[in-house]
Amino acid sequence: MNEESQQEFSLDLLRSGDRAEIARLVDAHSTKIYRLGLKMLANPQDAEDVLQNTFLKAIQALPKFEGRSSISTWLYRIAINESLMLIRRRKPEFDFASKVEGDEDDELLLTQFSDWCCLPESELVSSEAQNYLDKAIQELSEKLRVVFILRDIEKLSITETSEALNISEAAVKTRLLRARLQLREMLSIYYGERLDEERRG
Amino acid sequence: MKEHLNCGALLESLSEYVDGVLGDALCEEIESHVAGCDDCRVVVDTLKKTICLYHETSEKTAIPLDVRERLFHRLNLDDFIEERKQT
Ligand SMILES: [Zn+2]
Repeated sequence: MNEESQQEFSLDLLRSGDRAEIARLVDAHSTKIYRLGLKMLANPQDAEDVLQNTFLKAIQALPKFEGRSSISTWLYRIAINESLMLIRRRKPEFDFASKVEGDEDDELLLTQFSDWCCLPESELVSSEAQNYLDKAIQELSEKLRVVFILRDIEKLSITETSEALNISEAAVKTRLLRARLQLREMLSIYYGERLDEERRG
Repeated sequence: MKEHLNCGALLESLSEYVDGVLGDALCEEIESHVAGCDDCRVVVDTLKKTICLYHETSEKTAIPLDVRERLFHRLNLDDFIEERKQT
């Protein structure tokens, strides 16, 4: 668990609608929720909608919040639902059930074996590379994307990720491995090309 | 002779391995396999690097000031906009 989420908030104050305490809660979590929206939807306007709706709903629901999970996990859960709702609204024609179901049974795919780790840091973290990293996440199915974002960008533990998504830890691990390997493939294609360019001089 | 781990079997444990939560015995098996299998060595190295690059991206994203301001306004918390805690 990261430090921010360990920060103490008075549940009593929050439940009673204490505005100063609510403002403190919002400041402590707004970057994480905004970032989640941004990585899920790849659009700043959508990310802002996710952010606002998450806190509107959270503040409304606070009087009933029982504290069984941490506030941080609870906020993530609301934000994920908001993100998924927005994705579905954006692409209503998309058949989620069918694309998503196969994920866990897919063969683990390895086709790229270029060793791009040795690329200079300036190549690895150029703004073009950063764009590619963001785009690559969008290529993952929502199921894999959300697990990867929570675990490897937001740095939640396996347990916290499973709580936020309400799925088993085994499912988190399976999806995480698939997400990571798919991204490694995509990054290998991109950085492999950079590597070829380097070698050609 | 001891049965050697094949490339496919290694793949299933890869996440736990790069997260450093795999048991010692399996870790050793993976390490000895990787020492003799170049493809798997590259996969392990580039997988670690992939995760590391994404880890770093999270530190680069903070909520922009105007986004925070609109959020506080939407939540009727305008009077707390100035009190941003510097971190
Ligand atoms: Zn191998």
